[in-house]
Amino acid sequence: MSNVVAAAENSYLAAFDQPGRATVEPTPRPGWRQAARDRFAELGFPTKRDEDWRFTNVGPVARTEYELAVAPAAVTLDQLEPWIYPEMARAVFVDGHFVAGLSDLDGLPDGVRVGSLAAALEGGDVTAHDHLGRYAPFDRQAFIALNTALFADGAFVAVPAKTVVERPIQLLFVAGPGERRMAFPRNLIVAGEAAQVTLVESYVGLGTESLTCPVTELAADPAAVVDHYRLQQERTDATHIALQHYHCERAANVSTHSLSFGGGLVRNDVWAVLDGEGVECTLNGLYLTRGRQHVDNHMWVEHVKPNCNSYELYKGILEEQSRAVFNGLIHVHPEAQKTDAKQTNRNLLLSSDAGVHTNPQLVIHADDVRCTHGSTVGQLDADAVFYLRSRGIGEEAAKSLLIYAFARDIVDRIRLESVRTDLEEFLFSRLPKGEIVRQAV
Amino acid sequence: MLKIQNLHVSIEDNEILKGLDLEVKPGEVHAIMGPNGSGKSTLAQVLAGRDEYEVTEGSIDFQGEDLLEMDPEIRACEGIFLAFQYPVEIPGVSNTYFLKAALNAVRKHRGENELDAVDFLRLVRERMKMVEMDETLLNRPVNEGFSGGEKKRNEIFHMSVLEPKLAVLDETDSGLDIDALRIVANGVNSLRAEDRGFLVITHYQRLLDYIVPDFVHVLVDGRIVRSGGKELAHELEDKGYGWLEAELASEATSAAPVGA
Repeated sequence: MSNVVAAAENSYLAAFDQPGRATVEPTPRPGWRQAARDRFAELGFPTKRDEDWRFTNVGPVARTEYELAVAPAAVTLDQLEPWIYPEMARAVFVDGHFVAGLSDLDGLPDGVRVGSLAAALEGGDVTAHDHLGRYAPFDRQAFIALNTALFADGAFVAVPAKTVVERPIQLLFVAGPGERRMAFPRNLIVAGEAAQVTLVESYVGLGTESLTCPVTELAADPAAVVDHYRLQQERTDATHIALQHYHCERAANVSTHSLSFGGGLVRNDVWAVLDGEGVECTLNGLYLTRGRQHVDNHMWVEHVKPNCNSYELYKGILEEQSRAVFNGLIHVHPEAQKTDAKQTNRNLLLSSDAGVHTNPQLVIHADDVRCTHGSTVGQLDADAVFYLRSRGIGEEAAKSLLIYAFARDIVDRIRLESVRTDLEEFLFSRLPKGEIVRQAV
Repeated sequence: MLKIQNLHVSIEDNEILKGLDLEVKPGEVHAIMGPNGSGKSTLAQVLAGRDEYEVTEGSIDFQGEDLLEMDPEIRACEGIFLAFQYPVEIPGVSNTYFLKAALNAVRKHRGENELDAVDFLRLVRERMKMVEMDETLLNRPVNEGFSGGEKKRNEIFHMSVLEPKLAVLDETDSGLDIDALRIVANGVNSLRAEDRGFLVITHYQRLLDYIVPDFVHVLVDGRIVRSGGKELAHELEDKGYGWLEAELASEATSAAPVGA
């Protein structure tokens, strides 16, 4: 690490020594926070010379002085109204801190714990202590190290074995009012054996130029069924660098839907580890970008055990000067025979100034597997536009219909009706002739 | 209703139509025949408003208005329908949604109310029967995974729902087996009406056994070189296009000294 880079890390290292910073850590991992801090000091921020960061420049993050929020900013429920799903249970986090007054955790089955991770650790919750930090190793990446060193709080969700949580749970993360505040939400979700739960993890912003670096560890025990939605709805001046780690045990069924509309610079790392036989893992994503937004999705799918399926479908619609990066690696380990893995990334460029880097990769160490991958980058099909126009549909309406059609298979895969409706409404509002599309579909 | 005068059309500086004249009156069925590359499909695309084709000279008048000034969707709303030679597959847009959007756009333009879901479905079901189309094709994405025959039938189905004033069929017969051809022709025939004109573009006379035209025109090298009644189609079938092309060549040779 050069000295030039080291200077940039200093303000983050100083945050570690800030008085009042949370220091709670899991009992099986003493010294965990300090080790993560030291690892970050060693790694420094990634640069474009790092293979995984070639197309995403985090230089501005390294150079900007952010203020670590030691307490949540004042936020009212009214301010959050646009992003709240009233039919869901809700845990709200402002600047990475749990705010009980904004949360609604009624109507959950006995034994289900939803709320503050810090409180769970302080209260000696065995599940929290046992699982936290087991899946997302901080030595691998600077932002995981930073999150591990600096997190104050985050969401903790534990669903006991054989418990079905009917009411979906929204985990709402708010960058509070203020300028250049940073937060490192640390989330742990543990679904017990044959448990079932639906989670909506939303990121929104009320402050300007916020930095949010969440790490979410999700552990699905054998035969657990988890439906996980991730909604990026932050302001377009926000920076968001996230990691989701899905650890799937035997016969677990985990599906994720990553919907990314907000944020200025957004990076999502997704690690899915299929660590038991018969896992079914679905990873869907849709990103819509415009202006100077930059969205980078990096996916790692690790097939460790035999007879697992993974399906990835990520689609992007890019306008104006926006940029997207998709990097998808499927890694089939030697033991993982009968793997069925499919990965698709499709991009629709609506402007000649928009750009995409897409890079699907397969690393296969087993011989009896079925793995496919494909990626496309294209514009609207001129023949299709003309065909629609020749039947009486105006040019903008024709394009709107085709753009909607492009996104449609992601929309159709969303089982949670309120999220699906929200996405549809968002698409209608975004399309030049959304009203016509709404009537047609 | 349609009057084409001295139409010259180029694509990428390559002149395809070289002074074409044609008039279609309401209720008439005109067939345009001609060898490959003679400009038949270009004519169809120009009528529908494809902007890759550049009209360098001449005019097209449709119901007293300048067709060339209209965008493709306006032409459709005014009553032009092109049944594509190669119908486009549109993944993600269901056949019904597409047709509903199209019909409502056309109705709105004509000052009519948009159809509600019940009336729309009733209309669609009735018209599907006409082209013996399977109802499952309604909910599938437009033309995606349709067989060649299904695509062509879908075009006629769209036509029957949109009820155009002038229908242009661009080689709707090509690639069809005889049963599918009969179904498509029956669909067209049932739409024949006093106030509706047809321009049937085909390479083969076979289609014209089922859709009997009032006039047959032969297009060679961008011009209509001969017009006649339906018997002209049979003559072409017997003698082939070579006969006309040879005749034209000799006319051109004998005429050459005059121009020289």
